Amino acid sequence: MTETDSGEVRTIYTPIADTATSYVREPEGAHPPMDYEGYKSTALRHPKQPLVYLPQTVTEITGPQLGPVLMGENDHDLTVQHEGEPIGERIVVSGQVFDTEGKPLRGTLVEIWQANAAGRYKHRWDRWPAPLDPNFSGAGRCITDDEGRYTFTTIKPGPYPWGNHYNAWRPAHIHFSLLGRAFTQRLVTQMYFPGDPFFAYDPIFNSVRDPKARERMVSSFSIHGTVPNWAAAYEFDIYLRGPGTTPFEEAH
Amino acid sequence: MIFETTPSQTVGPYFAIGLPFDVGPFAVAEGTPGAIHITGTVYDGAGVPIPDFLLETWQADPEGRFADIHGQGGPSQLDGFRGFARYGLEDGDGNYDIVTVKPGLVPGLAGAIQAPHIDVSVFARGMLHRTVTRIYFADETEANASDPVLARVPVERRPTLLAEAVAGGYRFDIRFQGPRETVFFAV
Ligand SMILES: [Fe+3]
Repeated sequence: MTETDSGEVRTIYTPIADTATSYVREPEGAHPPMDYEGYKSTALRHPKQPLVYLPQTVTEITGPQLGPVLMGENDHDLTVQHEGEPIGERIVVSGQVFDTEGKPLRGTLVEIWQANAAGRYKHRWDRWPAPLDPNFSGAGRCITDDEGRYTFTTIKPGPYPWGNHYNAWRPAHIHFSLLGRAFTQRLVTQMYFPGDPFFAYDPIFNSVRDPKARERMVSSFSIHGTVPNWAAAYEFDIYLRGPGTTPFEEAH
Repeated sequence: MIFETTPSQTVGPYFAIGLPFDVGPFAVAEGTPGAIHITGTVYDGAGVPIPDFLLETWQADPEGRFADIHGQGGPSQLDGFRGFARYGLEDGDGNYDIVTVKPGLVPGLAGAIQAPHIDVSVFARGMLHRTVTRIYFADETEANASDPVLARVPVERRPTLLAEAVAGGYRFDIRFQGPRETVFFAV
């Protein structure tokens, strides 16, 4: 308990952490820069002032556990959310969510959204004249199991053009959102498909400057995961920052 | 063995297909006594409201407890307290509106006490990585004065982190650039 000068009594709880007490600070270049010339919309949408170092307090090492609140029956299978079957190449997308120490993250929410087989999003602003599919909404949710594994059944999304520069196309991708265990672990990324010819021309993919890091966003084809006479399979493992301390507190 | 993280990518313009959910803007159950609205506008570097942003908040309850199953001090006892809000619209106009309760004091590092605050993540098309800021409350002068995180922020920039009391709650605008650029943090 603490009493403020105004006489108001306020309770202070001491955290008892059974999860990490801090997470690794990621090295420069682990993620794309906020200001990236090739991707024009970054120009007015990045901070110009230097970031202030935020110590990881109880607010940062805790996080929302939303999974059960949000899950609906067919959330993990995007091909059965409507009366009919969506058009396109049926695929199973699965993988494991780990922290950077290789520990699987169980019970964590994985959310995805994507374009349909023709590369069109079911979104008011998507004006690309490719057909909408009445049997495909393009959104899914899944909670990882005890091994940190998630599995979605969906349709392989198509590539689509966008207005960044002349003849700009996004490689086919599925958007992924992960809450992790803590505010610190929050990640939004995109999963790509192996060997996409659009890679070389896409500034969003290439905003990740390290080629090895880019590879971590590319799924792999999995003949083992393929369901005979039914669906092809891709695997995509995701790594969120793990526990750790920074030897030098002021990284900047 | 140590692995590298999966790189961040933009949430893109079409996140509204997958991320918003019905009670997303509610960090507390509807009808919670003492609930407040926190509203604001998110501006880009030209001072124009950003229509396609996703904002998320994470905070303690008025007792300083979090709605975390891992029990940092014991999970919140406040009925229906999620402590997390997510706001994003298919047809946004640059404004957000979340419903929550004002957080209490929570521990900082090494015995310090933190002033009431809310952690905020902003995602948008054109942002290759989320940006993180904190909402503090302008009417918490005393607690703010000894807050260890605010102490790291240059004095002249601190006002960008203070939500102002308005009818029904608080107002907190976010500016990405310009003379009143909001303070963003590296977590
Ligand atoms: Fe996309």
